[in-house]
Amino acid sequence: MPNKKQAAHIDELAELARAEGLDDYTSEHRVGEDNIKTLGLDVHNPVFLISGSTIVLVVVFALALPGLAADVFGQWRVALTTQLDWFFMAVANLVLLFCLFLVLSPLGAVRLGGPDARPRYGYASWIAMLFAAGIGIGIMFYGVLEPMTHALTPPLSATGVTGAERRGLAMAATIYHWAFHPWAVYSLVGLSLAFFSFNKGLPLVMRSALYPVFGERIWGWPGHVVDVLAVFATLFGLATSLGFGAEQAAGGIAYLFGIPNANWLRVAVISLITFLALGSVLRGLDGGIKLLSELNMGAAAVLGVFVLALGPTWDILSGLVQYSGAYLRYLPELSNWVGREDDYYMHNWTTFYWAWWIAFSPFVGMFIARISSGRTVREFIVAALLAPSAIFILWMTIFGETAMNQYFLEGWQGVAKTVREFEPELSLFVFLERFPLTLLTSALGVLLVLVFFVTSMDSGSLIVDTMTAGGKIETPVGQRIFWCIFLGLLGVALMLGGGLNSLQALALASAFPFSLVMLLMMVSLYRGLRAERLLLAVAEAESEAEAELAVEGG
Amino acid sequence: MYSRIGVPVDLAHTDTLEKAIESAAVLARAFAAPIELVAVTSPSPSEVARDPHAFGEKLAAYAAELSRRHGVRFTAHARVCDDPTVALDRTLFEAFHELGVDLLVVASHVPGVREYVFSSNAGWLASHTDLSVLVVR
Repeated sequence: MPNKKQAAHIDELAELARAEGLDDYTSEHRVGEDNIKTLGLDVHNPVFLISGSTIVLVVVFALALPGLAADVFGQWRVALTTQLDWFFMAVANLVLLFCLFLVLSPLGAVRLGGPDARPRYGYASWIAMLFAAGIGIGIMFYGVLEPMTHALTPPLSATGVTGAERRGLAMAATIYHWAFHPWAVYSLVGLSLAFFSFNKGLPLVMRSALYPVFGERIWGWPGHVVDVLAVFATLFGLATSLGFGAEQAAGGIAYLFGIPNANWLRVAVISLITFLALGSVLRGLDGGIKLLSELNMGAAAVLGVFVLALGPTWDILSGLVQYSGAYLRYLPELSNWVGREDDYYMHNWTTFYWAWWIAFSPFVGMFIARISSGRTVREFIVAALLAPSAIFILWMTIFGETAMNQYFLEGWQGVAKTVREFEPELSLFVFLERFPLTLLTSALGVLLVLVFFVTSMDSGSLIVDTMTAGGKIETPVGQRIFWCIFLGLLGVALMLGGGLNSLQALALASAFPFSLVMLLMMVSLYRGLRAERLLLAVAEAESEAEAELAVEGG
Repeated sequence: MYSRIGVPVDLAHTDTLEKAIESAAVLARAFAAPIELVAVTSPSPSEVARDPHAFGEKLAAYAAELSRRHGVRFTAHARVCDDPTVALDRTLFEAFHELGVDLLVVASHVPGVREYVFSSNAGWLASHTDLSVLVVR
C-alpha cells in the first residue's frame, strides 16, 4: 500500500478530477466502423457519398449557369468579407491568444501520442512539410506584390505617412497577414486533431476534435456535417487555387518565353502538376511529400540568398529588425476592427485572408497533425508559430525591401505597374529583371511555383482521402489517385468553363461555419488537455508510490 | 536450409492467414527455425487498435496464441509506418532484413479491400528482395 501521504495525494487528484466532471474522452467507436467496403473502395458512409455527389452537382451548376452561380456565390463573398469582418478578426485574435496561453500554461507539457511517444520527423523536415503543404506558395506570389501594394496605398488610412515610416507600415501590414495569425489557426486545428487522435484513440477526422462537446453524438449527423464541410472547403479551396495558380504560372511562363497565355498552356500546366502529383502520391508521405517539401525549401533558399546578396543587403538586414518592430507596433491597430476607415485594406486583404486561412485549416491542420505525433503541445505550438513566421518575415523583407528600393530609390516602375494592374503572376518575374541571370532565376521561380502546387495537391489528396474514409490511414492507394485526378479535373473544368471565382467564394463561405467549429474546438481542446494532465498526474503519483513501496519491500 | 522464417501479418484479417501460418509452422518444425511475425501500423488509430502500443499488445497476444496452438515459437514485431498505404512493402522488408529472416511465407489474395495490397505485397517482396518467398494461396 502507498503510505498515507501518497494515498492522500492520489485521492486528492482523483477527487479534483471527479469535481471537474472529468471524462477521459475515450470512445468505443472504432476507426472505419461506418465505412463501406465495395468495389475496392474503403470509404465513410455517408461522408464520401454526400461530399462527392454535392461537389459534382455544384460544379455542374457553376458550369451550366455561370452567371447565376457568380451572382449567388459572389454575394456570399461580399457579405462574408464586409459583414463578418469583425467576427473573423475576433476569432483569429482569440485563437492566437489561446495558443499563447497553451504555451505558457502547464497544459503545454502534454505530449502528443502519450508520454513515451517520440517525434517521427526532425524539425527541418517537419517545418519544410508544414510550410510547403500549407501556404508556402504565397511567398511566390505575394513576396513582391503585397509589400509594394501597401507601400503604394498605405493601410490604416495613413496616406500622409512617408519615407521609412511608410515602408515600415507596408511591411507590418504584410507580415500581419502571413506570420503568427494564420499559423495559430493551423496550430489549433492540428493540435486538436493530433491530441484526440494520438492520445485519445479517436479517428483522424475533424469531428473527433469536437468529441468533448458533443460526446457520442459526434459519430452521427453533427459529425457528418463537420466532415462534409471539411471536404468541401479542402477540395474547393485546392481546386480554385490550382485553377488560379495555373493561370498565374502560365502567365509567368508566357511572359518569360514571349508566348501567348492561351488556354492550352494553362491546361498543360494543370496536367503537368497533376501528373507530377500522381507520381508523388505513389511514393507516399516520406518518398513524395517530404522529399518535395525539402527540395522546395532548398530551392527557395537559393532564390532568397541570391536576392539578398545581390540586392540591398544592408537595408534588408536592418529592415528585418525594423520591420519586426513595426509589426509589433502596428499589430494592435491592424488587428482591431473598431473605428477603422480603411475598409478596402481591412475587407479585401485582412478579412479575405482570414477567411481563406480558416477555410484551409481542415486541410493544413490535418496534415500537420499527421506528422506531429511525439511532440509536446508546447514544442508543437512554438515551432509551428515561430518557424514559418520567421521564414515569412525573412522572405517578405528580402523581396519587399528590394522591391520598395527599386521603386522609391531607383524610381523603377516595373513592379508598381504589376500592382496597379493586379498581375501577381508577373510581379516576381518583373522584379527579377533587375537582377543578372534573369532567365535562370525566373525559371527557378516557375519551378518553385510548380513544385509547391505538386506538394499541395499530393498532401491534399492524402487528406481528402483520410477525411472521406472515416479517418482511416490504410486505405487503398487507388482512392488517393482518384482524389488527385478529381482535383486536377475540377481545376481544368472550372478554369475553362468559368466559375473559379464562384467556387472560391464557396470555399470562403465555409470559413464561417469553421470559425464556429474553431470556437468549440478551443473549449474541447482545453477540456481534453486538462483531463489528460490530471490523469497523467494520478498515474504518476500511483507509480511513484508503487516504486517506493517496492524499494521498501525489497 | 532456413534458419529464420518471416510471416507478414494483417491483424485486421487474421482469419485469412491460417493457411500461411500452418505452412510456416510445418517449415519451422522441419528446419527447427523460429518464426518472426511482422505487422505494420500507423501512429494514428486504425480499425485494429487505438494506438501503436495497443497494436503491439494485440500482435503479441496473437503470436502467443499461435505458439501455443502450433508448438513452434512465434515472435511478434510491430512496426510503425507513417504512410502504410504506400510504404507497407518497404517497412516489412526492412523489418525482415533487420531480423535476419531468410525465408518468407506470405499469404496472398486476402479477400476484401486490401487484396491488392497483399497480392502486390507478396510480388514486391519476391521481386525486390533477395529472400526466398513462399506465396501461399
